[in-house]
Amino acid sequence: MDFTFTQEQQQFSDALRRWVDKDYTFDQRKKIVRSDSGTSDIAWTTLTELGMTALPVAEEQGGFNGSAIDMQVVMHEIGRGLVIEPYWSTMLGAQFLTLAGGQDHLLEQVASGALKLACALGEKQARHDLFDIATTATAQGDGYVLNGTKTVVIHGAQAGMLVVSARSSGTRRDTAGISLFVLPSTTPGVTVRDYRTIDCQRAADVTFTDVQLPASALLGQAGEGWDILDAATDYGITLLCAEAVGVMESLNQATLEYLKTRQQFGVPIGKFQALQHRMADMFMHLEQARSMATLAAVKVTSTDPAERRRTVSAAKARIGQAMKYVGQQAVQLHGGMGVTNELPAAHHFKRLTIIELTLGDTDHHLARFVAQPGFRQAA
Amino acid sequence: MDLTYTTDDEAFRLMVRNYLEQHLPADLQQKVLNHKRLSKDDLVRWHKIVAQQGWVGTGWPVEYGGTGWSPVQRHIWEEECAHAGTPPILPFGVNMVAPVIMAFGNAAQKAHYLPRILSCEDWWCQGYSEPGSGSDLASLKTRAERQGDHYIVNGQKTWTTLGQHADMIFCLVRTDSGGRKQEGISFLLIDMKTPGITVRPIIMLDEDHEVNEVFFDNVSVPVQNLIGEENKGWTYAKYLLGHERTNIAAVGRAKREMEFLKRIALDQQKNGAPLLDDPVFAAKVASLEIELMALEVTVLRVISLDNAKRGPGPEASMLKIKGTEIQQALTELMLEAVGPYGLPFDPDFLHGSSEHSLAEDDDAAPLASYYFNYRKTSIYGGSNEIQKNIITQMILGL
Repeated sequence: MDFTFTQEQQQFSDALRRWVDKDYTFDQRKKIVRSDSGTSDIAWTTLTELGMTALPVAEEQGGFNGSAIDMQVVMHEIGRGLVIEPYWSTMLGAQFLTLAGGQDHLLEQVASGALKLACALGEKQARHDLFDIATTATAQGDGYVLNGTKTVVIHGAQAGMLVVSARSSGTRRDTAGISLFVLPSTTPGVTVRDYRTIDCQRAADVTFTDVQLPASALLGQAGEGWDILDAATDYGITLLCAEAVGVMESLNQATLEYLKTRQQFGVPIGKFQALQHRMADMFMHLEQARSMATLAAVKVTSTDPAERRRTVSAAKARIGQAMKYVGQQAVQLHGGMGVTNELPAAHHFKRLTIIELTLGDTDHHLARFVAQPGFRQAA
Repeated sequence: MDLTYTTDDEAFRLMVRNYLEQHLPADLQQKVLNHKRLSKDDLVRWHKIVAQQGWVGTGWPVEYGGTGWSPVQRHIWEEECAHAGTPPILPFGVNMVAPVIMAFGNAAQKAHYLPRILSCEDWWCQGYSEPGSGSDLASLKTRAERQGDHYIVNGQKTWTTLGQHADMIFCLVRTDSGGRKQEGISFLLIDMKTPGITVRPIIMLDEDHEVNEVFFDNVSVPVQNLIGEENKGWTYAKYLLGHERTNIAAVGRAKREMEFLKRIALDQQKNGAPLLDDPVFAAKVASLEIELMALEVTVLRVISLDNAKRGPGPEASMLKIKGTEIQQALTELMLEAVGPYGLPFDPDFLHGSSEHSLAEDDDAAPLASYYFNYRKTSIYGGSNEIQKNIITQMILGL
């Protein structure tokens, strides 16, 4: 039993924090938000130089073979710094490639920072059910033809290649008959409509019109993509959980600082018990969230899929409750300043709110937790 | 980062589990698992069984007859006891007064009291709260006046848990009313058989006699029963509060109760199907189970800090708050699960004098009492609001 991070983990955590403090400040981030792509090539180069893009990639493909715990450390700092680069979408895409196998050349490009990825999974009718797929992949010759629309693809317009889920057989809500593909976003017939998200990131709706794909675009086996999709998105959720803990840590710190400095009735407002107890509750939410993010990172690579699903859903559901409480109360404790767009706190709150809506909300994951065999068996 | 127990820890777990299988009497186990009330004899019997094995002082150093176990080993022992359904080893002697005697008592006090605590020869109770001094404990008024080689004690203590069985009480008493209220307090050990002590029962909302008022009318206490120095009692009391608090979350018992809750929710029917399949009820159970999963990891994090000799510190306040919230929510959902079968009240069954409940649902019969009884947990041991004050001051620095 050991809850400490290794010296190496501590080192890249420190390196990221130093970079954020110096080169990814709140003001610098504002400029990136207002830029055309909503991302920064310089920041991406730095992330690559710090080894972050190579971290989870296997050594054979030029990576560092980093664990989910290593990634927890990184995502924590990404959250603390409110980093809006396409890092999460690329790491999620890389997990698809790793689980599917046979994509060494692409993973090498991810590791070197040359390739950014986005994952086109959601559809208009699907809500959080990622098996609910109307996009079709029809076999034609050696390859496939892709038709359909994917919605709210995080960093869809900033990625060089897209991971896409499509239906090659079965009916709309079957888990069987799902196929996964990876293709350049410039493939003819792919239309990407880029937009800002409320938390200052980018997303896109991606339409596929008679998109011709070679057989080599298929990830894993045709019609058997669900297990990879389910496992890869659990990995993505685990990264989001770690990011959320970083965001909340930073937000709690800012709120505590505000309570100590803002004066009303001649004293710092942190002297009032109503506010003190709110802050104590925010502290406890953060610590419970931190425990769950750690548990998810430990179990996400479990060989037992039911245990993996149970733990990851538990983490997303618990952290969802924490994000809502910490986010809303931080704004309340900041008073009028909390509802302006000027303070970082507002942006932490928006990021937390969006994480809640990404890859399944609290209710979705509570229901998924209940549906696992572990719920009806012993606690 | 490694959340697994070492092979040594796992071997230790097997060893204590094996011990419990062999030594926990089936009748006591049944009472505990079925939420029945435990008598003095039940509690003493189990204490003496564990004492024979030498495992009562799990947090004690070996030199005083303790096990010298690591915080992780203690956690495993507590978890296995909870899982098996042992009666509690009452904390008042072993975990409360004993650490104070070890840290601040003199050689004679250590030699006399510590072995008697381990063997359960003395049953201890706690004399802290007073009618006017609850959360504001330092405002206590019970006086001790030095007369020759005795203190004369006058005043009243309250909420004295199981004081009706006690041989000894450790008391905070006022020996000086001059300066700050914390500065005139002393820590006295008092024999409950001393003339002038009256114990009056307080019947709680589950109609059980668990706590008492204790009155002191010119009670004469030898000065050698003073712990440490006169007027330093508040320091000793704070030391006691900061000690032995990792099991305060009682995660092991909560896990056992979560299993029980699911079992009765599978037995109970709603709309012709098990209640646990009802999505609204299942969501409540799931939220609670997830909170418990989180708390278990949080407890292990605190214990591993403790193992690294950095001490549990004010994080114990968080464990107390979350632990008691979970315990209370469990009793609430259990009662909700049995619905109307929670109404019958059957004290004979609860005390074990009848084998089955009058209403013929032995699982359901104790649950209303259990629910009402557990409202105490967010109030005792420093109310949860006081714990938030501690977090605010000690961790957040507000």
